[in-house]
Amino acid sequence: MLQIKNLHAGIDGKEILRGINLEVKAGEVHAIMGPNGAGKSTLSSVIGGNENFEVTEGEIILCGEDLGELAADERAHKGIFLSFQYPVEIPGVSVTNFIRTSINESRKAQGLEEMTASDMLKKIKEKAELLEIDRKFLSRSLNEGFSGGEKKRNEIFQMAMLEPKVAILDETDSGLDIDALRIVAKGVNTLKNEDNAVVVITHYQRLLDYIVPDFVHVLMDGKIVKSGGKELALELEERGYDWIKEEMK
Amino acid sequence: MEELKEKLIASFIAFEQGVDVDGNAPLHEMRVEALKTFETKGFPTKKEEAWKFTSLNAVLKNDFSLFPKTDKAVDFKDVKQYFLSDSDTYKLVFINGVFSSHLSSDAQDNVEITLMSAALSKPKYKMVIDSYYNQIADKNDSLTALNTAYASEGTFINIPKSKVVAKPIELIYFSTSDQAAMLLQPRNLIVVGENAHVQIVERHQNLSEATVLTNSVTEIVAHKRAIVDYYKVQNDTQTSNLVDNTYINQKQESRVSVHTFSFGGKITRNNLNFYQNGERIDSTLKGITIIGDKQHVDHYTLVDHIEPNCESHQNYKGIYDDQSSSAFNGKIYVHSEAQKTDAFQQNNNILLSDKATLNTKPQLEIFADDVKCSHGCTIGQLDHEALFYMQQRGIPKKEAKALLMYAFTDEVMASIKIPDLKKRISSLIAKKLGVTIGFDL
Repeated sequence: MLQIKNLHAGIDGKEILRGINLEVKAGEVHAIMGPNGAGKSTLSSVIGGNENFEVTEGEIILCGEDLGELAADERAHKGIFLSFQYPVEIPGVSVTNFIRTSINESRKAQGLEEMTASDMLKKIKEKAELLEIDRKFLSRSLNEGFSGGEKKRNEIFQMAMLEPKVAILDETDSGLDIDALRIVAKGVNTLKNEDNAVVVITHYQRLLDYIVPDFVHVLMDGKIVKSGGKELALELEERGYDWIKEEMK
Repeated sequence: MEELKEKLIASFIAFEQGVDVDGNAPLHEMRVEALKTFETKGFPTKKEEAWKFTSLNAVLKNDFSLFPKTDKAVDFKDVKQYFLSDSDTYKLVFINGVFSSHLSSDAQDNVEITLMSAALSKPKYKMVIDSYYNQIADKNDSLTALNTAYASEGTFINIPKSKVVAKPIELIYFSTSDQAAMLLQPRNLIVVGENAHVQIVERHQNLSEATVLTNSVTEIVAHKRAIVDYYKVQNDTQTSNLVDNTYINQKQESRVSVHTFSFGGKITRNNLNFYQNGERIDSTLKGITIIGDKQHVDHYTLVDHIEPNCESHQNYKGIYDDQSSSAFNGKIYVHSEAQKTDAFQQNNNILLSDKATLNTKPQLEIFADDVKCSHGCTIGQLDHEALFYMQQRGIPKKEAKALLMYAFTDEVMASIKIPDLKKRISSLIAKKLGVTIGFDL
């Protein structure tokens, strides 16, 4: 479903990703772990199409289509979703209006009619219930004054509304208390099916107790240096990253 | 510009004969005095500190018709779009400075919403005119003086004590000419009685391609505990120029807000002056400016804190594209008696183009020692991370930019109290930004 081949990318002439290879098949959950500064967030930004980063080599392929030349919004229309580590606050634009604009722009790009107001409301209601989001919350300005947990739940709510093919969750667990973490994980697990895939980027193993990965990859110095099953995450939690560095030598 | 000045001075006698002075000696003297001031000072030039960033030179070179031919036929259906609402507002409409009864609607609400020409000539208004006409207006300001010399028509509103005016009042000044450039000088006086409440929306709209210069003077008196919400919609055509001189005399515990939405026009200058003549007064000055091409908008504000325990809130947001230019000069004057003043001023700007320019200048003169005065101005660009966030959710760049810019204006949008107006301003902003998405309401 998502193939990343020999991806090199950087910012302001400084190379951060130095040849990433990754294949994510439909129905799979992958976790990417790694120490600070390994390039985890850069990877998600580059997949999402953030113009601040420059791709110098390699390919990102979604369902057989090279995303390289596509702008961020076009990638979103193709089915890439990024849950941001730091969702942006947009005063004056409500959660509801934002998601409505978002869905209708995607539909427009796919040559579909705008979603009817009643269908939209129905869907919003259903997904909000799944993530235990209060109705009042939906009329508030997007992310403005939201707690860390509210921001992350709102990210997963948007994911639920947009139904992407590949969802990349960037440090979704940071700033979450255990209850919020459980709700977020429940949301992700409910949305997960045989036709989509999830990539969890995280520093800690904690989230992986709830969103159980099929594969775990270790990202260090801009490369995936080790891959394994879910037990690798536990090992990393216990032993840190130094032993991998030793192994690499 | 000298030519126009001479023409204006030479035409005065003919003008006074044309309007019904009816032996009104005080008014005549006031006009003569004002003309003298204008003769001495002339049109403002960039040499004056207050006009450093705005030049009227190019506009003043036009051969203006001073007394445009009156009442050109204008059909309601052709101008419907400029009105806020068919039935939910009272309307006072002028075409080329002349009242249009068929486009206007009567206020059957026990409020006097009438014409300045009537107010200046009828005995029943004499007391109000004597007390308030040309009182708070700056007699030393050359363009205000020019308006005073030639003032003959405009709006006169007199709201009695404790009256809450049921509907917003729309004041619309249309202009239309086949070719000649027009100089229009509406004159408004709005007196709001003790504890009364009124909402007013003012708009100047050129219906033709002719050059128009409007030099408007509005005096507002807000008596004790009165509430006045005034909105200026400035979305005129590319051949229209506006100098708006507004003077507000606030009495004890009154609350007056002026919101200015500047999207259109070639040159727009807003001279907005608040005088706090009482305690516990609240003054609000807010604005949204969104311009492009070679448009120019200059906000020149004064809040005169004369008495203790008063507040003022200024918040101006600007977005500039292409080769547009803008200036903001916000003067806050706190007199030595005005202790416990709380004065706030904020001016935030986004430059979308390398060729757009902006000059912003807070000017605080504080002579009291127990006050809270804060000011801040910023000039920036759109936040790239925020743009990426929105694009990542499938919103194309243009629409994402528009949403961010709309969000940027939120602090001003949020305080519009007339829902229809808020909707209208929202759609004007969307139009100005070239998008069709609906913003939040």
